Amino acid sequence: MAVPRFWREIPNRYNLVGARCGNCNKVLFPPRYICPHCRRMGKLEPYRLKRRGKVLTYTVVHAAANGFEDQAPYVLAIVELEDGPRLTAQVTDCNTDEIKIGDEVEIVFRRMGEDGQDGVIYYGFKARRV
Amino acid sequence: MDVGVVGYGVYIPRYRIRVEEIAKVWGDDPESIKRGLLIEEKSVPAPDEDTATIAVEAARNALKQTGIDPHDIEAIYVGSESHPYAVKPTATIVAEAIEATPDLTAADYEFACKAGTVGIQTCMGAVEAGMIKYGMAIGADTAQSAPGDALEYTAAAGGCAFIVGKNGGNTLAAIDDTYSYTTDTPDFWRREMRSYPKHGGRFTGKPAYFKHVLAAANGLLRKLQLTSQDFAHVVFHQPNGKFPLLAAKELGFSKEQVALGLLTPKIGNTYSGSTMISLAAVLDQAKPDERILAVSYGSGAGSDAFSITVRDGIEGKRDAAPKVLDYVGQRVMIDYATYVKFRKLLVR
Ligand SMILES: [Zn+2]
Repeated sequence: MAVPRFWREIPNRYNLVGARCGNCNKVLFPPRYICPHCRRMGKLEPYRLKRRGKVLTYTVVHAAANGFEDQAPYVLAIVELEDGPRLTAQVTDCNTDEIKIGDEVEIVFRRMGEDGQDGVIYYGFKARRV
Repeated sequence: MDVGVVGYGVYIPRYRIRVEEIAKVWGDDPESIKRGLLIEEKSVPAPDEDTATIAVEAARNALKQTGIDPHDIEAIYVGSESHPYAVKPTATIVAEAIEATPDLTAADYEFACKAGTVGIQTCMGAVEAGMIKYGMAIGADTAQSAPGDALEYTAAAGGCAFIVGKNGGNTLAAIDDTYSYTTDTPDFWRREMRSYPKHGGRFTGKPAYFKHVLAAANGLLRKLQLTSQDFAHVVFHQPNGKFPLLAAKELGFSKEQVALGLLTPKIGNTYSGSTMISLAAVLDQAKPDERILAVSYGSGAGSDAFSITVRDGIEGKRDAAPKVLDYVGQRVMIDYATYVKFRKLLVR
């Protein structure tokens, strides 16, 4: 990942800052510039989503993504946040036999990766069962 | 001083390794280690945890107790000897992750295991002087130990955050005063670019830990004209389970006064987190008007002593976030092979 892109996305990666439309009240994550429901009538403002949700579905990843090899097998879930939006997140601190659909999760701050030994460390969100 | 604790929060990773599991690998006798160090198991950070993530969890928990706007936190200091970067502050990562940026000052502190309590003192001074409204001091570590070294049994991970502000309606404990004792003592060190610290073996006890802890405690008692009888609870830095008990005895404290804050037997030495997490464990259970003595120790060497008086406000606030004993109880045991993989000592 490029450092500038990571840096620009810090508010959403660290704090789940998305957007809320003042016209239809829908919450969007990741944030957008135009409300997909109201189009030109939409009034989008930054909105910090609550760090709570539940597991809609999940998969156990055995063939890990780059940089996640040492964590395999791990759980990747689609989480429906209390505010409405769904997001895909790794479920951390979770053995593959611990997870169930409907599990309550909180969104926590974890290391997502690094650009080798000399590069920056990327932090971001993962889900954790509560 | 007219400053107090507005909120505090802790975080301890969920993984644990038992003394038996480490002793098996190195041919040590687990019973003599458990007896000698008064330790049963220690916390281990997950592969995606480091001092910054631990500091963020503790900071967020501290904020849950307060209801204050994070932008009113005008200083953040993170004390650690395991900052993720050699150059690039952990404090800015924390500041961003609790939405305290950009109108604040921030820095990382280093002083072995007492860098977090130095942060508390800095916040006390800045609040008292009217420079800042609230300050946050964090002690957090993922302590390193060479495989096979005696430190491997105790070097653990955890963190604690304190929010300091002017005494008033929203403080849950008053910080009456502080006193420090500092000398140049080479009991424990790590050179630049080296992965593991070195220590002076037996030298770490008498001329290092005990000399500084006792001098700081006695200095504060003299300054406040108090005795051990004036305190309901006492906490010391806990490099193992035994040192704090010996220090307490030497100062005339009973086992009961030490009991609430004695955590190393269950979670290990969380380094910069140790004294602060122990203080948090006492605050989790203390009654209003009880007085607490807290004494940190950092190799190199120095101790910071604090007298803290619990206030009525604590009862409505301390249930807002997980308590120390919640974290102590939520644990998953791992074996030595998993431990070395988690600690990235085993790399493919
Ligand atoms: Zn809309």
